[in-house]
Amino acid sequence: MKRILFICFFGILAHVFFASPSYAQTVSSLELINNAKQYDGKTVTYQGEAIGDIMARGEHAWINLNDGYTAIGVWVRKNDIKDIAYLGNYRAKGDIIEVSGIFNRSCPEHGGDLDIHAREIKKIIPGGPSFSKLSVKKFYIGLSLTFIVLFLYFINFLFRDKL
Amino acid sequence: MILRPQFNDIRNIGYYLGRITLGLGLTMFVPFIIGLFLFKEPDPAFDFLIGANITVLLGLILSRLCKTNRDLHTSQAMVIVALSWLIAMALGAIPLFLSGHYNSFLDTCFETMSGFTTTGLTLVQDLDHLSLTHNLWRHLGPFIGGQGIAVIAISFLVGGANGTLKIYLGEARDEKLVPNVIHTARFIWIISIAYLIAGTIILGAVGMFIGLPAGSAFFHGACIFMAGFDTAGFAPQTQNILYYHSLAFEIIIIVFMIMGSLNFNLHYRLLTGDRKEIWKSIETRTLLLVVMLVSLVAMSGLKHFGAYSETMTMFRKGFFHLISGHTTTGYMTIYAQQFIKEWGNIALAGIIIAMSLGGCACSTAGGIKMLRVGIIYKALREDLKRILLPDSAVIAQRFHHIKTMFLDDKQVRSVLIVTFGYLLLYGLGTLIGVGLGYPLLESLFESTSAAGNVGLSCGITDTAMPAILKITYIIEMWAGRLEIISVFALVGFIVAFIKGK
Repeated sequence: MKRILFICFFGILAHVFFASPSYAQTVSSLELINNAKQYDGKTVTYQGEAIGDIMARGEHAWINLNDGYTAIGVWVRKNDIKDIAYLGNYRAKGDIIEVSGIFNRSCPEHGGDLDIHAREIKKIIPGGPSFSKLSVKKFYIGLSLTFIVLFLYFINFLFRDKL
Repeated sequence: MILRPQFNDIRNIGYYLGRITLGLGLTMFVPFIIGLFLFKEPDPAFDFLIGANITVLLGLILSRLCKTNRDLHTSQAMVIVALSWLIAMALGAIPLFLSGHYNSFLDTCFETMSGFTTTGLTLVQDLDHLSLTHNLWRHLGPFIGGQGIAVIAISFLVGGANGTLKIYLGEARDEKLVPNVIHTARFIWIISIAYLIAGTIILGAVGMFIGLPAGSAFFHGACIFMAGFDTAGFAPQTQNILYYHSLAFEIIIIVFMIMGSLNFNLHYRLLTGDRKEIWKSIETRTLLLVVMLVSLVAMSGLKHFGAYSETMTMFRKGFFHLISGHTTTGYMTIYAQQFIKEWGNIALAGIIIAMSLGGCACSTAGGIKMLRVGIIYKALREDLKRILLPDSAVIAQRFHHIKTMFLDDKQVRSVLIVTFGYLLLYGLGTLIGVGLGYPLLESLFESTSAAGNVGLSCGITDTAMPAILKITYIIEMWAGRLEIISVFALVGFIVAFIKGK
């Protein structure tokens, strides 16, 4: 019995120290912003779509991750974001990224910005292009209205001197 | 006895409204062309073709049906100005509504009014995926509205008409840079476009320096300049200025916000070599003094509440938002909720005072304006002297605004009427907010932001807020931009139409 307990105890210890890190439950941007003081300086896991542009700053870079409510800036090592292929904008749905790192209510390194300094980062869902075609309905409505306007302008021009 | 407006009055109003609508429609072709050929976004571009055509169509019909060459009365000019902003709101909203990024047409109208009045409160959904074409229009709105919708249309489409000056005055512009009002309006446009080019280049270069790709940097630069110099506070991304994470960007934006809040007359004087004017003007002196006082209040509040542990951080965040509020721009580097949760009541009071007082007259800034604050101070000083000095003493107050003038009671009365109007607007919006269940301080903050055409938000402005509050803020933004008088004229016109004989 003692031997079984001994094996279980060291088994748990080994799992804690040597197993690959697993992410805690993700926190939303709304939760982080509304309870910024509570989360300040703590390690959080946050998930969101990489949007806009990656802004490289030396060995690091800024990425902004939007979870649907708003976006939060994440300070990452440049080498850790090589996987990011799509950034969210009108033409693309950005990669969904999960980041684990230190949350700062007022980052002392970055002028008091609310941000996350990433320790680990991984792509959860790849993004892709989402370019929309010109709607046929819009095309015909737009052209019809143009003809009507040109016709009216012409009539107006013909009778320009009449009150 | 109130006189009912005659058919010719309505015809006059209709004609000018038609010309203004036509002018607005023509500006909507700009995003259509840029969207189609530069951004290669045909679907969003066609939203603008539809919007522009509907607007031009309405303009053509109105100006044709109501064509007249009769003189324009001051009251008619006021009504035209008030109505033209409502028409611009509804028609300018069409392309944005077609984008599918707004929950209702009311939300789109809110956004358009916020843009044209250079406020900057926003109800857009999923901004980070909005097309460049629609985003361009969001930022072009403040650039057009900042110079004055009616003034622009009139100065380019009704050359030399006698009503132009009255419309110019009705749009809360009471100063002429050069003797002719059309030349003044055109000069304002030329200055604004020259600044836009310079500002875009500067912000674009800084954008590239902070890691944005070239195309993106210059697009962001143009948008941020249009909404910064025109004191609107819109930005192309959800996080507003926080998106850039850059001190350099913030410093340049502070400079542009201050430039935008200065009187166009002062720009003219500085550009024509009269540099002394900046130190002599009652407006710049008042602005400097008020900024210092309000900074003191805000910084003490932040310190007292322990919002930021480091002094430099406190100064960076505090000063940026104070200038943003004072110039009525509304740019933010914190999230809306942080104002309420982290800044404390004293700092918020400082920001509210800054927002309510606003920038300089004849600029794109909103609020009560520094000229009025300066005049009220001078009038108070004069009255105080009257009480303290012997009856035989001759007391006169002078102030310098373009030229040195003696303060007279008529000036003070008109200043006090507008100031009272603003305070009434701030108060009414607050009452409605409180009535709908929002806390007092938050309601006051948001109402002052809307009526002062600021755009800072503490979180009330959201697509989920009640429709009545959206309408209240739309009215506040509209009345605040027109400095209330034109709105009173419109109300008077409607009353005369109903009750007049």
